Amino acid sequence: MREVAVVGVGMTRFGVSENTNVEMFSEAAMEAINESNLEPKDIEALFFGNVFGSHEEGQANMAPFAVADIGVPNIPATRFEGACASGSVAVRDAFIWVASGYYDIVLAGGTERVLAMDTPAATRAFAMCSNSYYEGPAGITFPGVFAMLAHLYSHKYAIPLPKLKEQMAMVAIKNHHNGKLNPKAHFQATIRDLMEARIARATQRGQPVPTWADEMEFFRDIKVNPMIADPLQLYDCCPFTDGAAALVLASIDKARALTDKPVLVAGVGQCSAGSLADQKDYTQMKSRILSAKQAYTQAGIEPPDVDLCELHDCFTIAEIVAMECLGFFEFGQGSRAVARGETEIGGKIAINPSGGLKAVGHPIGATGARQIYEVVKQLRGECGERQVAGATIGMTDTLGGDAGTICNIILRRGW
Amino acid sequence: MGFDKFGGVSFTSEAKVADFVSYLEQGKVMASSCKKCRRVYFPPRVDCSNCLTSDVKWFEIGSKGKLLTYTRVNYGPAGFEDDAPYVLAVADFEGGVRVFGRLSREINENDIKVGMALKPIVANLPDEKVLYEFAAA
Ligand SMILES: [Zn+2]
Repeated sequence: MREVAVVGVGMTRFGVSENTNVEMFSEAAMEAINESNLEPKDIEALFFGNVFGSHEEGQANMAPFAVADIGVPNIPATRFEGACASGSVAVRDAFIWVASGYYDIVLAGGTERVLAMDTPAATRAFAMCSNSYYEGPAGITFPGVFAMLAHLYSHKYAIPLPKLKEQMAMVAIKNHHNGKLNPKAHFQATIRDLMEARIARATQRGQPVPTWADEMEFFRDIKVNPMIADPLQLYDCCPFTDGAAALVLASIDKARALTDKPVLVAGVGQCSAGSLADQKDYTQMKSRILSAKQAYTQAGIEPPDVDLCELHDCFTIAEIVAMECLGFFEFGQGSRAVARGETEIGGKIAINPSGGLKAVGHPIGATGARQIYEVVKQLRGECGERQVAGATIGMTDTLGGDAGTICNIILRRGW
Repeated sequence: MGFDKFGGVSFTSEAKVADFVSYLEQGKVMASSCKKCRRVYFPPRVDCSNCLTSDVKWFEIGSKGKLLTYTRVNYGPAGFEDDAPYVLAVADFEGGVRVFGRLSREINENDIKVGMALKPIVANLPDEKVLYEFAAA
């Protein structure tokens, strides 16, 4: 296998988009190609993540329209679908094809226009990523899956639920804090900012002015933070978001000719799991533990070597469980580590310095590529106020379905 | 026929394991087990991934279950909007059968506790549909 590097990245401003899936992807792809000092004709193939194009826009077979839109209509263009991990799965395959020597320069990424669906339709579409034969007919939802995980975690590690909920709230507070520093994030506001905006609105309208003593009291207020699936409230959940992200991968010899700062793909992993009830213990997701191990082994590193990790915080409890499965903290210790500030920028390991799915948003076909975008920018030292000082190794973690698909990618400085 | 009768919203009509739904219509919640290697399957399967044969027998899930975890869902997906709130759960039954499903509305919410004893039951839904649920044992 050859060494492979990321030579350019691009992403749209995440949020509510008035552009089509293909238009969003073109915008991200052009940014990535320009950054790589390449032209579209240099791209040999597209590895493309998208999940619900058929539901969102009535558009299947989207990948060939995406390459036509960037001016290379005849190159192979293939869609990868692994639920919320689709973007990562596409990038991992792109890496393997370049590493194998079959291609020298490829484009990978994804796009998703989730907000083209209303909330019940999007909730159902997402739920289709669990087992549709047995779980769907009972009314499964993704907040429901992770809410059950929160109860399980609380019970297993004997952390009283009110305590765990405070620790989960601190995940949201941290990620919103980081998101405020990210000009591409859907929500560029701290939880405190959101509280103050509500107070200002109530004052302006002559309505009763809320008197929350602190963020925790705001979190406990079910009038502003409704219970979605107990114990998960609205601010425990990532938002529905539109967006696209793309990156150019090149063999190391090509990469060194294109940029002074090639970011090496040091290791990748991908694993699967069956239905929810087939999983022995979903606080310790086997698919994630095995996938991360593949990536660590290939990169020749251990979890303490990782400076920052963009991981799958689709819900606050999901961040805590992911941190443990990836080996950054002992099982049962993750929620306490969050409370101690060990996962902040400048802490033991920076978890989601971008703001994560929670603040950046979660357009599911694009998220994995968006995570790589952040790690690449961090390793190059281009993240301004949210920069993790001296970062040399970064990792991504993306989860699809109820841990049915997990993909991990480790990147390191190539200079 | 078969899976079109299963649960609130099902996208599947026919299936190799359609007997599962016929049994539900008779009030029985069944798992399958391989006649050759005895591996147990829930959700039931007709093809055994352990010994690659396709000869299974059906058996009723035992009445001694334990609640592993649960949640009260307040916002349902499309097709379930009017159904919410409802309680989803995972329960462990004898013989290593782990089952995801709904907790019966008969159980008072304050009585729900991890580890509580449960038994599987069949709930009859509108339009002659059926769904298995967990009731207090
Ligand atoms: Zn067998």
